[in-house]
Formats: sequence, structure tokens, C-alpha cells
Amino acid sequence: MTKKLTWRDLEVGNIVTEPGNSAERGTGDWRTERPVFDKGICIKCGLCWLHCPDSAIKILDDGYYDVDLFYCKGCGICENVCPKKGAIVMVEEEEK
Amino acid sequence: MSCRVALEASHAVAEAVRMADVDVIAAYPITPQTHIPERLAEMVADGELSAAYIPVESEHSALSACLGAVAVGARTFTTTAGQGLELMHEVVYVASSMRYPMVMVIANRALSAPLSVWGDHSDVMSVRDTGWIQVFAQNNQEAFDLVLWGFRVAEDSRVLTPVMVNLDGFTLSHVTEAVILPEQEVVNSFLPPFHYPFVLNPDKPATHGAFAAPDIYTETKISQEVALRKSKDILLQGWQEFGDMFGRHYRPVEIYRVEGAKTLLLTMGSFTETAKMVIDARRDRGELVGLVSLRLWRPFPFTEFRQAVKEADTLIVLDRSISFGGQGGPVCSEVRSALFSEPKRPVVVSFVGGLGGRDMAEEDFGYVLDRGREVAAKGSPELFETVGVRGEVSGIRDL
Repeated sequence: MTKKLTWRDLEVGNIVTEPGNSAERGTGDWRTERPVFDKGICIKCGLCWLHCPDSAIKILDDGYYDVDLFYCKGCGICENVCPKKGAIVMVEEEEK
Repeated sequence: MSCRVALEASHAVAEAVRMADVDVIAAYPITPQTHIPERLAEMVADGELSAAYIPVESEHSALSACLGAVAVGARTFTTTAGQGLELMHEVVYVASSMRYPMVMVIANRALSAPLSVWGDHSDVMSVRDTGWIQVFAQNNQEAFDLVLWGFRVAEDSRVLTPVMVNLDGFTLSHVTEAVILPEQEVVNSFLPPFHYPFVLNPDKPATHGAFAAPDIYTETKISQEVALRKSKDILLQGWQEFGDMFGRHYRPVEIYRVEGAKTLLLTMGSFTETAKMVIDARRDRGELVGLVSLRLWRPFPFTEFRQAVKEADTLIVLDRSISFGGQGGPVCSEVRSALFSEPKRPVVVSFVGGLGGRDMAEEDFGYVLDRGREVAAKGSPELFETVGVRGEVSGIRDL
């Protein structure tokens, strides 16, 4: 988004007059690992959703959870707090 | 009726701040600026000035509090000196980059170490590149006038940039002179109420001070640079209107007895008044010498400066600080650079003097004029010379 702005487009003092536009900024582009969710093991406790520092875990319609890779930085906190081993596994970005 | 009263520059500044009817003062006392916040605190406590006086725990906090005050639309004042400005340094950049208009008075002081509470220009030169509008007062009346003018131009919607008014520590801050205080009504007509266009408002949320990734930071800096350069017209217009209203006229580059002058001396701040006496005496002896004084330091008045010195053969620059390992005086470095591309330019000779409160008496200015012409005539082997330093100095040459 900001790539298109010239210096003439900026508000005085670079004030951002559009509230909440940080949602448009992808923060997931320096991630090296990503969480992979396994619905077969997940017990829908929601701890991953609660602990994610970037609110990058989304609740699906069926009550399970998945990651929003637009924001996920790959910190691994979700895997760390998950009480069911294997429900969330961090994998290298290079792996498919 | 306006009235003529005896005031030190510190108290003249406090009177200007009171007449400007500021809303918020956040300042931390430090020699030689102390009398300014002291008097303002008194005014607030005695009900002479209806403002919030925030007694902060440091200069860093003082200017930080000022940022918040401007963000809610308050007319805001702070003041510091020397080490205080250094402690404030980080926030100095923030204030100008966020385009928060306010006035800050610096009672110019040397920098430690060794500890010195006395005057020179090391403090202001350390914030030269921070993007503030920077002016110098030569006497107490100017200190008063420039504070009023500072609010007027800083708050102009086409400027929205903070103004730093420099006055020499002790030489002005603690010296009593006659100052003309105008009628409050006249001040009110010169200085309309402050309407900051981006006042924080929960009904219309905005982000002040957002971060900038590499893909936008360059644009933010160019926008700031363009705004500072374009502010010059408004600064001049502000001085024009000030002159029309108060009868005292200010220019970005002040000139004194320059008619036909072959040699010009360049000073800033209070040294200018002593230099005038020396120029008068030399003119009476038939010497073709004149004086140029930079009132506006940032944005640098290139056009007016080049115009002022173009007929001279020699330009002698007197700095009150050293840019270590560089060309000596930062002001001289600046003016040399400003003249470099000119087809006809004077020989520029650099002196440093008045460091850490060392007096520059009339005879010292006389020495600078004589020695400067001598050096210009035979070509300068040294980058700069220090007035009155004990012990021979050699080896200050191009590295």
C-alpha cells in the first residue's frame, strides 16, 4: 500500500488519519517457520488463539483453529502452549 | 501604552510567554536558563498566567510532555540549555519530524566535559540538523520579540514546525537591559489563537508517530525537508508583520555598516552588539569594514547571505563552537559551502572564540579584524584560529 505514496501524499507529520489501517500491513513476510494444525488431535481448547501475540490465529466455522499467514511471524508460541502434542507442529517454510 | 522596563533576557522571555497566553509549559531548570522556568512557575502560581506548568523530572520528559500538549492543541513552551538540550536530544528530532509547533528557548551554554555552565554555541550546534527553525537573539528585546514571532510562525498552518530561539547564556540571560513590553491587545492581534489542525479526538481516531518501513521513510524525510525550506517565506512574512505592528524590523541576515565594505565580519547572537562598537570605531578611522549577522540559522538563508557578502573581498567568520576534526567552526563551514559555487566570492577566514564563557572584548574583535585581513592577504595555512588561546597552536591543517 505505502509503496504507491509519494512524499506529496503524506499528511503533515506523517499522521495516519485512517484508523486501523495497520491491518493492511502484512507482518508474516519474515517468517521462517509456520504452524501446521491437525484437526484430528486438536481439542478446540483455544490456548493457541489466546496466546498468539499477533492475533494471527483464526477460529474456523467448525470451531477448530488455523493460522492467518498474512500476519503469522512464525514465533512458535502456539505450538509451545498447545496441550496436545502434534495438534500444532512448526515446519520450515521450505517444507511443503 | 507599551512600557519600557528593565529586564534580563530570561524575564523578558517569561513576559513574552505570558503575553502569548501559552496553555502548557513543561521545563526543567538548568543554568543559565533557570530564571525562565522559575519566573514562569511564579506567574502560574500567582495566577498571572493561566497555564498548566508541568514540573517534569528531566529535559527528555520536558519535551516529551510538550509533544503530548501540542497533540491536544495546546500552545506550548519549553526551554533548556547545554546539557539539558543534550539529554533532550532524542525528542528534539521527534518534535520537528512530527511537525509539532512550539517555541523552545535555549540559553546557549558550553557542553561538558570539562563541566562549564558558561556560554557558547556548542549546544545549539549539536541540534543543527534536527529540522527546527532556529534563530538567534542579539539582545533582550530581540529575545522577547522572537518568542512572540516564534509562536506566530510555528503555529502557521503552512509551517507547523517548532521554533528554537537562541539567546546567549549569562551574556543575555542574566544581564538586565531596557525592554519595551507591548500592549496585550497588540500582542493578541499579532498572535491569533492556536488552531492545531490535527488535535487528538476520540471521535476521529488518528495515529501520530507511526513507524515507517524503508519503503516510506525516505518520503517522510523529503516531505519534512520541503516543508522546512518552504517555511522561509512565512518566517519573513511574520517578521514583516511584526515590524509593521511593533516597529522593530528583523531580517534573516542582519547587516551593519556594509556600504563599500571590503572586509566583513560575521557573528551570531550577542557578540554582534560588541562587534558593532568595533565596526563603528574602525569606520571612524576610515577602514572599509562592515558586519553581517546570521539571525536565521535554519532554514539557512542562502539567498540573503550570498547577497550580503558578494561585494566583499574578505569574510571573517567568528564561531562560538568547534566541529571537532572538521573545518573548525560549524558556521564557517556552512558559509564556505554556501559560497563555493559563487562566481565571485570573498576569501573566508575562520576564527573560533568565546568558548565556555570566555569574554570577547572589543580588543579581541579588533584582533580578529586585523588578523583576519592579514591571513586573507597572504593566504591561510591553517583551517581556523582560536582567539586568545594560550600556547602556540600548530598543525590545524587539512588532514
